[in-house]
Amino acid sequence: MTTFLSQVERLQAPEIDYGAVAPLLIVLGAACLSVLVEAFLPKASRWAAQVVLTFATLVAAGLVLLQYAVAEGTPKQGTITFAGTVAVDQPVIFLWATLLMLGLGSVLLIADRSVEPGGAIVADASILPGAVNGLREQLRRREMQTEVFPLTLFALGGMMVFVAANDLLTMFIALEVMSLPLYLMAGLARRRRLLSQEAAVKYFLLGAFASAFFLYGVALLYGFAGSVKLADIASATTATDRSDTLLYAGFGLLIVGLLFKASVGPFHSWTPDVYQGSPTPVTAFMAACVKVAAFGGILRVLYGAFERSSWEWNGVLWAVAIASMVIGAVLGLTQTDVKRMIAYSSVAHAGFLLIGAISLNDAGLSGTMFYLLAYGFTTIAAFGVVSLVRNADGEATHLSQWAGLAKRSPVAAGVFTFLLLALAGLPLTSGFVGKFAVFAAAIEAGLTPLVVVALVASAVAAFFYLRVIVLMYFSEPAADGPTVSVPGAFTAIAITLGAAITLVLGVYPPDVLEWAGAGVFIF
Amino acid sequence: MTPTYYLLLSALLFSLGAVGVLVRRNAIVVFMCVELMLNAVNLSLVTFARINGQLDGQVMAFFVMVVAAAEVVVGLTIIMAIFKTRRSASVDDSNLLKY
Repeated sequence: MTTFLSQVERLQAPEIDYGAVAPLLIVLGAACLSVLVEAFLPKASRWAAQVVLTFATLVAAGLVLLQYAVAEGTPKQGTITFAGTVAVDQPVIFLWATLLMLGLGSVLLIADRSVEPGGAIVADASILPGAVNGLREQLRRREMQTEVFPLTLFALGGMMVFVAANDLLTMFIALEVMSLPLYLMAGLARRRRLLSQEAAVKYFLLGAFASAFFLYGVALLYGFAGSVKLADIASATTATDRSDTLLYAGFGLLIVGLLFKASVGPFHSWTPDVYQGSPTPVTAFMAACVKVAAFGGILRVLYGAFERSSWEWNGVLWAVAIASMVIGAVLGLTQTDVKRMIAYSSVAHAGFLLIGAISLNDAGLSGTMFYLLAYGFTTIAAFGVVSLVRNADGEATHLSQWAGLAKRSPVAAGVFTFLLLALAGLPLTSGFVGKFAVFAAAIEAGLTPLVVVALVASAVAAFFYLRVIVLMYFSEPAADGPTVSVPGAFTAIAITLGAAITLVLGVYPPDVLEWAGAGVFIF
Repeated sequence: MTPTYYLLLSALLFSLGAVGVLVRRNAIVVFMCVELMLNAVNLSLVTFARINGQLDGQVMAFFVMVVAAAEVVVGLTIIMAIFKTRRSASVDDSNLLKY
């Protein structure tokens, strides 16, 4: 007892570098504030308050981050704080900035109330779809369930911790903080409530299943290394007196959990269903931000803990990357729903990103991060356009309904064509630069066979993007086809922002590429 | 008693949970199986803490319990919402989203 007490006295509170983690604290603090707004403000004034609060938070966090990144006193390699659990280094600053910008784009789509009267988010999630007048009630009411804003902020805060987590326990907590709000957000669609709820159930059950795998991996790696810090695991992998069984099993389970979140390859089965069923703005948020966070986490874990044992596992991840690209490209061909098609496209893109991640060189790190930024903006804009094509039942997502869209709205069709070309990776779009950066890094790392497969998969995937373009331009519009809504300010800004960044990064990428390559992870 | 047995028990419980998720049809039972998996991990964490002679693993088990509690809140909300709609919690009935 006395020894225990003396140990307690020696325990000192860890130093916290508040300057470095300020963006994180702002986002999570504002999320709590947002819950209070929800509790205390009358229903009529909540939407305006939440929108102002959310935008202010994202802008403030971005400015604080910018100020920290350029300040004189900031250590250039980065800093580790919170007793070694959170690292703020150059890649983390890049990923945080990416997350905040993509978060802003997604919130613009979520907050929009002009395209769908009242917004894409349900007025009251507890109204039953089957209830008498339930559906009409939903459509008549012009407000939305404003809980979506605190949920978005919590998810975003979780993502920011996730990419900065320097030990696996912090990473697990962050994984849950980011996932739990997303499960709920998936079920908040105003129209097609059954599909939306089904998406939420599927996402939740599979997500919880994957989290359990991740956690078991953490436990086995803890048994392997005696610590969950990435640096300790890295040094344990070079020791000879440790159990290889625990290492392999732990790594395998851990990476399954991460690959699930990133919707890579054979762990993608939730992706099409959840992308299709969720409200389109939430789908945009998941497709852009979750991808960034999950790959940020994968990069961090691979570089931090398993770089030195890469010859043990890279065969497995080769197979996963190939599976992901093939599944995404081939199954994408058979889709008849725009949202599902983009979902399979995201599976193929996850395979390309994984190639960059397993290159394990500096070019691979910066290329993957650039790819994430570019892909995120393209996807947000693409889902923004998808939310505009509507008929009396809401969004018209079936591909046959998109026939001849260029004749009804040349602008929307033109923007969507450009975004599809970016997803296909044609030159003068950010998609080309991202793919080029990732593939160049992979060839440098000796992954040439993977790059060959990736190029073939890109060619196959280009077919289904081009099919949509042909459909929009060279088919006769159906008589009762959908119309393209004129977007309100929020959606218009989100689409313009996404398309503009896709173009700018395609035409003049050097500055952002340089920023992505400004530094490496520290552990 | 050697701690290894506890690791084996934990692996067994984890596998039971995983098999349960795959074969059971009721969303609530599937969810309980996920919880079983999380608790099996807790047993592993505590056993490894014992083997390593540290407290870290035990502290981690507490974190996992908190996360599991939060997950119950979110999970039951979602399952209840879909149950109220469909009058069924079977995961086989949620089959509108496909292809």
